[in-house]
Amino acid sequence: MRRIYLDHSATTPVDPQVAELMMKYYVEFYGNPSSVHLYGREVRKALDEARTQVATLIGADQAEITFTSGGTEADNIAIQGAAKSRAKKGKHLITSAIEHHAVLDTCKYLAKNGYDLTILPVDEEGLVSVDELKKAIRPDTILVSIMHANNEVGSIQPIEEIGKITKELDILFHVDAVQSLGKCPIDVKAMNIDLLTISSHKIYGPKGVGALYIRKGVRISPLMFGGAQERKIRSGTENAPGIIGFGKACELSGQRMKSEIPYLTGLRDKLIDGIMSRIDNVKLNGPRGQKRLSNNVNVSINFIEGESLLLSLDMIGVAASSGSACTSGSLDPSHVLLAMGMSHEVAHGSLRLSLGKQNTDEDIEFVLEELPKIVDRLRVMSPLYNKTSC
Amino acid sequence: MYSEKVIDHFTNPRNVGEIEEANGVGQVGNAKCGDIMRISLVVEENIIKDIKFKTFGCGAAVATSSMVTEMVKGKSLEDALNITNSTVAEALGGLPEAKMHCSNLAADAVHVAIKDYLAKKSKV
Ligand SMILES: Cc1ncc(COP(=O)(O)O)c(C=O)c1O
Ligand code: FES
Repeated sequence: MRRIYLDHSATTPVDPQVAELMMKYYVEFYGNPSSVHLYGREVRKALDEARTQVATLIGADQAEITFTSGGTEADNIAIQGAAKSRAKKGKHLITSAIEHHAVLDTCKYLAKNGYDLTILPVDEEGLVSVDELKKAIRPDTILVSIMHANNEVGSIQPIEEIGKITKELDILFHVDAVQSLGKCPIDVKAMNIDLLTISSHKIYGPKGVGALYIRKGVRISPLMFGGAQERKIRSGTENAPGIIGFGKACELSGQRMKSEIPYLTGLRDKLIDGIMSRIDNVKLNGPRGQKRLSNNVNVSINFIEGESLLLSLDMIGVAASSGSACTSGSLDPSHVLLAMGMSHEVAHGSLRLSLGKQNTDEDIEFVLEELPKIVDRLRVMSPLYNKTSC
Repeated sequence: MYSEKVIDHFTNPRNVGEIEEANGVGQVGNAKCGDIMRISLVVEENIIKDIKFKTFGCGAAVATSSMVTEMVKGKSLEDALNITNSTVAEALGGLPEAKMHCSNLAADAVHVAIKDYLAKKSKV
């Protein structure tokens, strides 16, 4: 059976070049980078190189990169660490309603433990308003945490504008750039970002590795104590093969970016236009054009439910995801779609197709050929369809 | 995560649709995740002669709907009223724990449709 992977926002395959390099650091160069001997030194050198590769992709200095166990940990260190270190200055935090749970739930945890939290709304395209942010800022605001690109609907937030505001007011600015890394140019200096979260497994690197950029001069408190690795911000023997793999993935991503962004954008728009023209009663979720992540397609197909859609796609070898309540463990529909003002019913029929570098024109054509058939079949079964159609 | 039987009923659902001349109709919504199921049936001399369903829900919801229509077709109203969500789930070779609530929908919709039939009958 033909297999088409359209869930790159969930995770990506490891690039063979990355895997090959990592293998060496499991079996051949296995020293502890903190050791004095050659075994340790050769790994330390490779870690330094990886740090430079990661820093280069986001316009940072290598000394500003702290490796973590992934995006979730980097988000936690950034937010909890900043909140702790700035608690004397104030206790007000600002985030948005469409953040990843790693950010949102961390902020909510702090709100239960003595901090004040403002959660900014978004418009129907999933965009944060700079004016709303300005209004929410108070004298005791210490941290603003806004994601770069949303993982569900691909909306790209006005990071540069926000960075100007936070810089002027000396408020720390954290950005979760897990989804935008490699898909949007990122320059932490030009964007006035203080803290930036990135993750390896979304850019063809290994899972369980990520990094937090901490601007020089910004002090944040660690969450874990131990061997004082990563300048005491993140104690614990480094995941050397993972970090080295992440470094390589960043280097490759930087090389590909110029051609990959237009390539993915082309496939994306072909898929969006095809779905909109071949299926009736369907709505695009998130913005069109420049404000949309190059690899994200998210549509709500009325009168059908997302899990049965995913199941049907899976049967013909197509892997996708949905914000339907039925696909979530909690049985709540996606908080992102609800924040965009969508009804539960419409959120139910949401389908996310996220593209990657291995996808081809033929993949898109296959989906455009098969998806309408699946939708027809499910609509025939739907008690909602007949009522509203004639 | 789903049994072969669930997948079979999801892929080839039995008795999909609506019966125009139905004498009993039941629609239930699932408070938990917002899904909907509608059953229409034809009862003659206390026997369910025909039954069809429409479901807006996950794979488990579609499969349990399909299964319950097969289980009650040709049965007496008493037998149909005795069918519970767990008998439907069992007949499908079990459901994942998180999906047990979906099977409530199917048995409930059948029961509501039967009560609708009985209520209409008593009015005549
Ligand atoms: C926006 C965003 N933030 C954070 C994460 C978490 O990253 P990780 O899986 O590396 O912990 C993800 C991954 O799904 C994400 O999409
Ligand atoms: S119908 Fe929603 S989880 Fe089954």
